[in-house]
Amino acid sequence: MATATATKDKSVLWDWLTTVDHKKLAVLYLIAGTLFFVKAGMMALFMRIQLMSAENDFLTGQTFNELITMHGTIMLFLAATPLIFAFMNFVIPLQIGARDVAFPFVNALGFWIFFFGGLLLSVSWFFGGGPDAGWTAYVPLSSGEYADLGLDFYVVGLQVSGIGTLVSAINFIVTIINMRAPGMTMMRMPLFCWTGLVVSILIVFAFTPLAAGLALLMLDRIFGGQFFIPDMGGNAVLWQHIFWIFGHPEVYILVLPAFGIISEVIPAFSRKRLFGYTAMVFATLVIAFLGFMVWVHHMFTVGLGPITNSVFAIATMGIAVPTGIKIFNWLFTMWGGKITFNTAMLCASSFVPTFVLGGVTGVMLAMVPVDYLYHDTYFVVAHFHYIIIGGIVLGLLAGTYYWYPKMFGHKLNEKLGILMFWLFYIGFHMTFFIQHILGLIGMPRRVYTYLEGQGMETMNLVSSIGSFVMGAAILVLIINVVYSAFNSERITVNDPWDARTLEWSTPTPIPEYNFAQTPQVRSLDPWFYEKVHGDGTMKPAEPMTDIHMPNGSILPFVIGLGLFIWGFGMIMINMDDTIVPPFLVIGTGVILTFGSMLIRSIKEDHGYHIPLEQVKKIEKEVS
Amino acid sequence: MSDDLSKPFTKSSMSEEEIMKINKERKIQVTSFAFMIFLTILAFIAVATETIEVGFAIPFILLLAVVQFFLQMYYFMHLKDKDHGWPNAFIISGVVLSTPALIALILLLGVTKY
Repeated sequence: MATATATKDKSVLWDWLTTVDHKKLAVLYLIAGTLFFVKAGMMALFMRIQLMSAENDFLTGQTFNELITMHGTIMLFLAATPLIFAFMNFVIPLQIGARDVAFPFVNALGFWIFFFGGLLLSVSWFFGGGPDAGWTAYVPLSSGEYADLGLDFYVVGLQVSGIGTLVSAINFIVTIINMRAPGMTMMRMPLFCWTGLVVSILIVFAFTPLAAGLALLMLDRIFGGQFFIPDMGGNAVLWQHIFWIFGHPEVYILVLPAFGIISEVIPAFSRKRLFGYTAMVFATLVIAFLGFMVWVHHMFTVGLGPITNSVFAIATMGIAVPTGIKIFNWLFTMWGGKITFNTAMLCASSFVPTFVLGGVTGVMLAMVPVDYLYHDTYFVVAHFHYIIIGGIVLGLLAGTYYWYPKMFGHKLNEKLGILMFWLFYIGFHMTFFIQHILGLIGMPRRVYTYLEGQGMETMNLVSSIGSFVMGAAILVLIINVVYSAFNSERITVNDPWDARTLEWSTPTPIPEYNFAQTPQVRSLDPWFYEKVHGDGTMKPAEPMTDIHMPNGSILPFVIGLGLFIWGFGMIMINMDDTIVPPFLVIGTGVILTFGSMLIRSIKEDHGYHIPLEQVKKIEKEVS
Repeated sequence: MSDDLSKPFTKSSMSEEEIMKINKERKIQVTSFAFMIFLTILAFIAVATETIEVGFAIPFILLLAVVQFFLQMYYFMHLKDKDHGWPNAFIISGVVLSTPALIALILLLGVTKY
């Protein structure tokens, strides 16, 4: 991590465990997210090996169920979300001209709670197998009667990591509203900040129902509750409602930041400002609002009645309108631009048609009568992978190649990058396009095998080969990261892409205080404006003085650890024989968590100042 | 500079006018608090004593709840004050998002029993 720092007396490990710097937390998010991504990707490969031929016995049905559940859960909660948070953490404070997020301590807290929540979910493999009821965990399949200990890990682990996501989101809302540099009005914010704000709001409104639903399911499973148990007067459909009130916005939580990244990369490499900025902001807000009003389209076949289904079908089709606005704006941004096709731009521009394919199948699924045909087939699998890989992962890859020089001080290798892109793109379409047809001829999703002679063998084989190609692409990316770290030329200029937004006005490596003087923003795309109309440097909005910085703290790590132990203790209640009594473990966790909170409340910590001479010295070093 | 932050101040930095304004604000807060307690007691009485028939009691306490919600938001959580545009926007969008969800849940789960 390339950061010029004023305090170098900490050991590396201690520094990373206690850091509250948004740039370092971004790297932590990036590493944690990538690890979970690779893990869940391996699970997908195992599943594709199992489905390569008819009646294959590479995996048992139980293992397949566990893999399918963990693949979905990890990819959505522990891979895509932290990877998006990585970019939001790194980029948003820089793009709005802030020294850090509003609450650096809470930022670190969010990361560590998310991380330990993910760890809690992952240790389920060592205690009788992972959760096996699908990532949606529909009751009664996920009730105590049918699901084993794995699902307790799902319920408790997701609650813990959900707290982390929630506090981070609240932090971003406060940051974007309060910490903008002078002149950075809401309508001058880069689109990535806008989507970051909207997504944080979505998280606050969507993760709360999820937390409530998981808490109810936990009460059912661990404490003998009956919210979702029909035999005891509970309502099984209630869970589906609660889950999808969260679950549908979750899709937008993931895809909107990808839209934001695309809206940064495309203008930068088309040498044009973003077409229809105001319409883009408006479309983002409309998508966010409609995202909450369509959850029943996941439940058309439950039998809620034709009127309910029609209302939600129409609302769902309505989302196509703002999304279409966005698609056309990206196309018009590229139209007539001087386009550079490097890896970031290849990912960003190929995102557009791929996402359209996913969107079109989405509108197809919104039509109730035919949804009865598509429901729970591979058509649905193909549809949401076009959204998630074709939308989110391509966006994240574009963001990785685009912001990599700012984050790590050197570019990723372009030749390997382009190889990765084509492998990924071809592998992706090979895997998932054919799954549309598989679904249409009737292959159900979430089954671990199929019979011979139903015309599914060849297409499944093609799909599996495609997934290996996609895996190879990720391998090339990892090789690229290692190769570039050793061989790539160090970046010494501020702005290697000749880009437009404020983060490129900071020196590389970025000093820990980001901006020695808060910049004065005079336009949308402030850095581009200064390069064209000004003298190529940001005008300062304040004199150079001592810079106030927050102190690092180990408490976020300890609180995360405490919640991990506490959660594990809760799960131990359902274990048959435990070495230590569960309440001892729960007690330890509670004491660690609330003890750390108490220390945080009592101990006064006003941070420290970097003196003016030191700031000047660092500025001279990096420029 | 940051070392002095923990020391208490000997004298308030507010002007006379500001102190008066704060005192007035406090009075409004206490009054609205007392009024809200009164509303709560009213709701309790309406349900517990059975002097009001059940059919009327439900809309009645819902009405009290709405009044209390607005008092809580605008007087207790300061949404009425200046420079509270963002909190207002958030609360209102929260209401806008959760109301249809709640109504839909009540209607759907009420009509379709499983």
